[in-house]
Amino acid sequence: MTWVSDNLDLLRELFLRHAWISALSTLIGFAVAVPIGWYAHRHPRLRGISVALVGVLYTIPSLALFVLLPGILGTGILSTVNVIVALSTYAAAVMVRTAVDAFDSVSPPVLDAATASGFSSSQRTLRVELPLAGPVLLAGVRVVSVSTVSMLSVASLIGVANLGSLFTDGFRRDIVDEIVAGIAAIVLLAIVLDVLIVLAGRLLMPWSRVVVGANR
Amino acid sequence: MIEYRNVGKTFPDGTCAVGDFSLTLPSRSTTVLVGSSGCGKTTLLRMVNRMVDPSSGQVLIDDEDIAGVDRVKLRRRIGYVMQHAGLLPHRTVVDNVGTVLRLNGVGKHDARERALAMLSVVGLDPTIADRYPSQLSGGQQQRVGVARGLVTDPNILLMDEPFGAVDPIVREELQKELLRLQRELGKTIVFVTHDIDEAFLLGDQVVILRTGGEIAQVGTPADIIAHPADDFVRSFIGLDKGRRELRIEERDGVQVVVDASGRAAGVLKP
Repeated sequence: MTWVSDNLDLLRELFLRHAWISALSTLIGFAVAVPIGWYAHRHPRLRGISVALVGVLYTIPSLALFVLLPGILGTGILSTVNVIVALSTYAAAVMVRTAVDAFDSVSPPVLDAATASGFSSSQRTLRVELPLAGPVLLAGVRVVSVSTVSMLSVASLIGVANLGSLFTDGFRRDIVDEIVAGIAAIVLLAIVLDVLIVLAGRLLMPWSRVVVGANR
Repeated sequence: MIEYRNVGKTFPDGTCAVGDFSLTLPSRSTTVLVGSSGCGKTTLLRMVNRMVDPSSGQVLIDDEDIAGVDRVKLRRRIGYVMQHAGLLPHRTVVDNVGTVLRLNGVGKHDARERALAMLSVVGLDPTIADRYPSQLSGGQQQRVGVARGLVTDPNILLMDEPFGAVDPIVREELQKELLRLQRELGKTIVFVTHDIDEAFLLGDQVVILRTGGEIAQVGTPADIIAHPADDFVRSFIGLDKGRRELRIEERDGVQVVVDASGRAAGVLKP
């Protein structure tokens, strides 16, 4: 493992890069998917189409998208923006379906009660529907976060540095330690992000963990 | 005072929930709309806070046609209690009760104080204030629902089968509690139920409905029992099965009240 001790600075730099690119992409995907999912939930006719459309997006091979995006966006071929846009797109594609399910999971009588209490429709959406969709949304974000971390490593093939660069470099120069270190770091990052998401969920949704029927 | 003037409601799918309904509900008294499912009672109730808008006719509150009132503002000044309580699962009990106050712009601290006070009015221990609804029993949840409906001190309280989902013992408790609250607070209550006993217990004015919101009879419980308008009413209130036809028999010098099937229902006190 001398490779690891000799390259700690590189490892740390790639780990942080990988972390912020995947976290940002997951966040953007989430932010895009939630309104689409909410809209599709409200308009049953659009639901099938929108879910199918974003499903098709997900079938585009990631490498192809990484290569195509600079042409579409007018960005440099090595720009990190391409990768963020591609990963956000995939993240959103997966999250739209979850978001529709999440809003479907909110109990209609509760929404009815909120309306009757005098919530305006925007207050109802933001203060009742969104938080109650939270647990299902959270489950979706956890899946997307892991898949984004792993998919980002593909971007090393087009020269955008991240932990995946350790694979490409390790293969080229036949350094097994480097490859193993890359895998370990990616797994570690996926776990760290997952733990952070779960903690954020507990903080934001203390109610979702109460034991139902504790007082019966 | 709530007034229905020739109100009708046909839903977009063509079902006619209410044909032509006119009624005045006096202030500071309880009017119970009672009927089988599909009689339009809930539709009529929900017209009062514009959860449903009538297709024809008018609903007036204190002589003001509510079609011209902003529906969100209207709802914030009318209490609403529904079946299964309909509490917000992500808010604590005290926040559930205080939610309408907060919507009305009351400060956080104030809203909490008033909500806590209201919890004790409906007979709940303040120690449950910071629990979540899922941690309460059905009866407790329903009390929280009542507290939420009353916290803004509204003139009007709408109750849509509020005690329909709790067991009979708890239901009786809640009914007694409502009678006590009503004696103290004197709200204009519109109460919907399919249970005629509940209607007779709680209603100052009872409205028996046929399908399509057609009024079979309106009156006090005693009026209706003494002079049922027709066979439908007679059967609906249980007169035809003899459950309410009581007679007095003398047993060992005591006057015993007996129903039509000969079962002893109680004793007559002088």
